[in-house]
Amino acid sequence: MSETVERSAETLGPPAGKPGEGSGLGAFLKRGGLAFLRQREASIFVVAVALVIYFKIAAPAFTTKLNLVNVSQGTAPYAIIAIGEVFLLVCGEIDLSVGFIWALSPFLMQYFIDFYGIPVVVAIVLAILSGALIGSINGLVTVTFKVPSFITTLGTSFVIFGFMLTTSHAQARGLPAAAVGIGHWFGTFAWSEIIWCLALVFFFQMVLTRTRWGLHTIASGGNLLGATEAGINVARIKVGNFVITGALGALAGILEAFKNSTIDPSAGGYTPMFYAVAAAVIGGTAMAGGSGTVLGAFLGMFVLAILSDGFNLLGISSNPYQIILGIAIILAMISNVYLTRLRRTGRT
Amino acid sequence: MTVEAQEARSPVPTPGDDVLRVEHISKRFGAVTALTDVNLYLRRGEVLGLLGDNGAGKSTLLKILCGFHQPNAGRILLRGEEVVFKSVDHARSLGIDVVYQDLALINELTVFHNMFLNRERVRFRLLNNRAMRKLARQYLDDMGVGIPTVDAEVAKLSGGQRQAIAVARSVYSDAKILLLDEPLAAMGAKEAAMILDLVRDLKEKGDVSVIIIAHNYGQVLEICDRVNLLQHGGITFDKRSAETSVQELNDIVIAEYRQALRERHRAPQG
Repeated sequence: MSETVERSAETLGPPAGKPGEGSGLGAFLKRGGLAFLRQREASIFVVAVALVIYFKIAAPAFTTKLNLVNVSQGTAPYAIIAIGEVFLLVCGEIDLSVGFIWALSPFLMQYFIDFYGIPVVVAIVLAILSGALIGSINGLVTVTFKVPSFITTLGTSFVIFGFMLTTSHAQARGLPAAAVGIGHWFGTFAWSEIIWCLALVFFFQMVLTRTRWGLHTIASGGNLLGATEAGINVARIKVGNFVITGALGALAGILEAFKNSTIDPSAGGYTPMFYAVAAAVIGGTAMAGGSGTVLGAFLGMFVLAILSDGFNLLGISSNPYQIILGIAIILAMISNVYLTRLRRTGRT
Repeated sequence: MTVEAQEARSPVPTPGDDVLRVEHISKRFGAVTALTDVNLYLRRGEVLGLLGDNGAGKSTLLKILCGFHQPNAGRILLRGEEVVFKSVDHARSLGIDVVYQDLALINELTVFHNMFLNRERVRFRLLNNRAMRKLARQYLDDMGVGIPTVDAEVAKLSGGQRQAIAVARSVYSDAKILLLDEPLAAMGAKEAAMILDLVRDLKEKGDVSVIIIAHNYGQVLEICDRVNLLQHGGITFDKRSAETSVQELNDIVIAEYRQALRERHRAPQG
């Protein structure tokens, strides 16, 4: 197999290009620029930087500490649940119920503390585990009965919402006195939400791109049958990603309750979930499954938060923000499709 | 195992020499019966060609042998011991690897991630991309597959290149039994020669046994020691390649087709 091999190696496949053509700073920048543009997060990163510059010039108050806290708090909780939605979208699923887990979890924390006398830290952990448990139900129903996750989680949305309203009598309440101290770690301190968010974004970006779990998540969404044939336990991957999303939803809800110093039955709901999905899509995650980025979703949410905040600073009503948001989602999707095609045709 | 030694053996197989033995396997999918009673044996170092019409159940049989499907009845003996494959992973851990007809490649992943799909190299729980990249490059070079970069997404590749990657993935998995479902389907003449060379190499090494599904009888007889024909849910024909010919195989399949046609015409209308 020596001669045939050499011959076929030359004839099979397109000829390899000549990397490293040209030299000097110009060529280096060009190569670096191309490598940057090849990244899925590139377009949304450029948009984010441009918006920061624009609002800094148009509204000097944009970079005051108070305003940056606003932007960070407008980004963090949504970006946290967007992490989960990215994992689900990549493996071909979606969770509509995560915003209701968000609403329920601070109530669960309060029940555990006030009704069962459970220590605060344990109660918070239990509330997050409850979110994970709800996620596992979402996942198990979806994979066991082959119900589309859109429908499964639509159903559980109502169930969770109803459970929360029934047990809380739809009454808002303050935080348990015992929990106030520890709240600084969980949302009371102005920067705590964004610190949680960045740590989670970094961690889960690693999980998605550098671990077997992430690779198998991509494989499950990219080619379900192929992944199964390769011996990947697709059901385990999907259920696991619902569990992650549920836990993140519960954490986001607790952070928001501490930030607002109140446990409110009207918190959460579909709106944060749709923001999270929008952020994921704007950031470069494909609804059809098989590709996505946690970092992109974070940047996507950051852009949405900047837009909302910047409009406010410029004195524009927040109403047209919805128009911008809608157009941004559609434009992002169009550019996504286009960029993917560009990557595939091998011109990068 | 030399050719003479194989020639000298009696046509009735002695169980000790069989690396794989399938007895009375049947498989139903709901109301459809894919396999009724399959008996098959594979000897150590042997290349067995599995022929049959479209829909005869060849792929189903291979998917049972690799642990993807579980049979409804019958038993499988691996190196003389009865086994029940719980999953693809389980069969793989026992040294059986498969190239599926649909290749089981993930378009969105790179060539090297596909080549190590579900058997990734890991360091401290993180993917060891450097090691996988290097090995993938080495395997493809050994095979003579011309792919400019193993960092390309497989969606970018041609049909033949994709097939070569799927074959390379199994061949270099250290499997002792290789199941190849139409490995030549999307291949041009050169690429097909490359795969056939690869199988010939394996045969020379002597301890890997192969079952190949293919439609080109010429290629099958060239590369296989023995051919089996799967018809009506069972093996109806078992001959050494030297004892049969393209003509005979063609005649059998055409006769089956004519027979089926006659029966359809004879069937009462309405």
